[in-house]
Amino acid sequence: METVIPSKEKVAVFNKANQVLGVHLEDARITKSYLLVAFIALLLGGFLGLLQGLNRAGVLELPVWLNYYQILTAHGLLLVVVLSAFFTIGYFYAGLSHTLGGLLPKVRKMAWIGFWMKLFGFVLVVIPILMNEASVMYTFYPPMAAHPVFYFGLVFIVLGVWMLAAGAFVNVAHWRRTHKGQHLPILAFFATGVFVLLVGATAFVAVEVLFMIIPWSLGWVDTINVMVARTLFWAFGHTAVNIWYLTAVSAWYVIVPKIIGGTRFNDYLTRVVVIALVIMNITGGFHHQIIDPGISLPIKFMHVFMSLAIGFPSLMTAYAMFRVFERTGRRKGGKGVLGWLKKLPWGDVRFLSPFIAMAAFAPAGAGGIVQSTNQLNQVVHNTMWIVGHFHLTLGMTVVMTFFGISYWLVPFVSKRILTPQMNRIGVIQTIIWTIGMVIMATSMHAVGLLGSPRRTSYTTYGEHAAAQAWDPYMVMIGIGATFLLIAVIIQVYAIFNMMFLAPKGETEFPIAEVETGESPTPYLTERWGVWVITMLIVVAMAYVLPLTEMIVNAPPGSPPFKTW
Amino acid sequence: MHLDEKIWLTLSFGMIMIFMLITGYQTFALEMGPPSHQETIDPQKVDQTVPFNEPGIKKIGENEYEVVMTLQIFSFTPNSIEVPAGSKVHFILTSKDVVHGFEVANTNINAMVMPGHIQKITQTFDQPGEYLVLCNEYCGAGHQMMSMTISVK
Repeated sequence: METVIPSKEKVAVFNKANQVLGVHLEDARITKSYLLVAFIALLLGGFLGLLQGLNRAGVLELPVWLNYYQILTAHGLLLVVVLSAFFTIGYFYAGLSHTLGGLLPKVRKMAWIGFWMKLFGFVLVVIPILMNEASVMYTFYPPMAAHPVFYFGLVFIVLGVWMLAAGAFVNVAHWRRTHKGQHLPILAFFATGVFVLLVGATAFVAVEVLFMIIPWSLGWVDTINVMVARTLFWAFGHTAVNIWYLTAVSAWYVIVPKIIGGTRFNDYLTRVVVIALVIMNITGGFHHQIIDPGISLPIKFMHVFMSLAIGFPSLMTAYAMFRVFERTGRRKGGKGVLGWLKKLPWGDVRFLSPFIAMAAFAPAGAGGIVQSTNQLNQVVHNTMWIVGHFHLTLGMTVVMTFFGISYWLVPFVSKRILTPQMNRIGVIQTIIWTIGMVIMATSMHAVGLLGSPRRTSYTTYGEHAAAQAWDPYMVMIGIGATFLLIAVIIQVYAIFNMMFLAPKGETEFPIAEVETGESPTPYLTERWGVWVITMLIVVAMAYVLPLTEMIVNAPPGSPPFKTW
Repeated sequence: MHLDEKIWLTLSFGMIMIFMLITGYQTFALEMGPPSHQETIDPQKVDQTVPFNEPGIKKIGENEYEVVMTLQIFSFTPNSIEVPAGSKVHFILTSKDVVHGFEVANTNINAMVMPGHIQKITQTFDQPGEYLVLCNEYCGAGHQMMSMTISVK
């Protein structure tokens, strides 16, 4: 598409050059490796999820050598840490390669070092879990203490993430040096935000693991401050899931408009949303501690604001998406109030899957606002409601966007095409996944309101009437989990097919253009130094006071416990 | 920015502020804030520390009770209590080992109980019945068995 603004012309020429060059083979290998690991993790994690669902439905008794809490720990890590992180990195490295004219040779090397560090770390984490030496969940709250090897594994995973973030920053800095005064291509802009957040989030968990947990689990120090450890964890834990969300958002703004044949939303506002999400994200972690002791009410109230503030850029996104859909639908001849909806490509899995993902974020985001509010949080904290919430946010909003991406990204990096048959399989997969997740997440929300706790294997609490009222919902959860595993198997088959078997050919990397005649974006958006400093100030406002209080007024610490 | 976008964003911002105002009003004016007690204790000396050296229920006024309770893998001490309907019950809680949760199903009682910290929460039990109290924070192999009951007569 031709545009009138000179800087956009350059982009168009650049894009054309890239299309001629096609995919950089060595860069494609990096993305393929990351995606393979991601979807193997999905297969394993999904299978473990079904085992849990059936156990809680009361139809499957787990063997002693593979108990519920081992399975749950592995399920959480495989899906929240491996699938999401490997997909995010594979996707953004493909995006950096495509929009910045290829990865630099040293960045490629860094990507591989990071890959093996992450895998090595993950092996170290899995061994103690399999040996039942680390049934501590994805949150590993002290004073529960896993085998030290588990924590060494986490350190390697974090170091791997830092290596990849550094690689991304090197490539972006190189591009900026060679393209003075230009705006970073939008997908690379999102990638920069994601990697800044990844470094910011993992810094907290690195401090927790390196300076608190490892010396304590090795017996070098006797006790640990459980509140400080927990607070540092949530500064990481919540940001991590929001990073996967920001990755999904990047596809909504940049990729989906191209797939439906439209242009993307206002470039300036898009960049503002990214910046807002980067600045305000890390402080959101505190809402996991609303009913903790040792944190004063005014601090908790301030954190309600810090958490709810993240809702604002998400509401901006909701508007942006529907504006783009409506504009595109009307240009294609859609009439009337809702006629434009009919003009959207519902039969295209690359659109259908991310669209359902976005739709799911309406109830998911509303639930999030509810549970970050003090008194409402108290009703649902640590119940199955929360599990339902993150299966909507991660299991639908994030993962279904990732699935939608995979139907063009995998063929793109494999130099193959998405056949109509595979598209149909993808649509079926999307529908099965949606049915499964809606059944499961709805039941989880409902049974949570009735008080059923999360992270608890099958139990009747001595045939207590309150627990018996949960049973029908638990059966529904088992049914939902069964649908989901079927969808997982189809999805993983689709990945392998598109990567190794589909017909050879060229697939487009779909990046939407800006609207013709849009006023240019101020250069201020590119001042990442300013945004990172602002982020650090906000983080300091949120964390310095409560952490100081927790350290100064600390009770005597806790020794390690192995309670499983 | 289009006019409809400005309206949408103003409504969005307004909604968030209304949430803030209601939360603040409930927390500070109605004293409905989440459990946030700020007293500490040596987690390795709970049994020797007052009042946890004598866990149990104590009548402290007309229809008002105080329950001193310890949480440990995988039980609550005391493991059952009985109060008349309409009683106001003040729970004083701490953990002797790992992190536990104190939740009473079908009520709004829900609090984290951490080693080293004393947590407090109050509830008036108007409806008679046998209430299920459970640990809602994973605490180990027997977590699913950690429960007790409150009988409201």
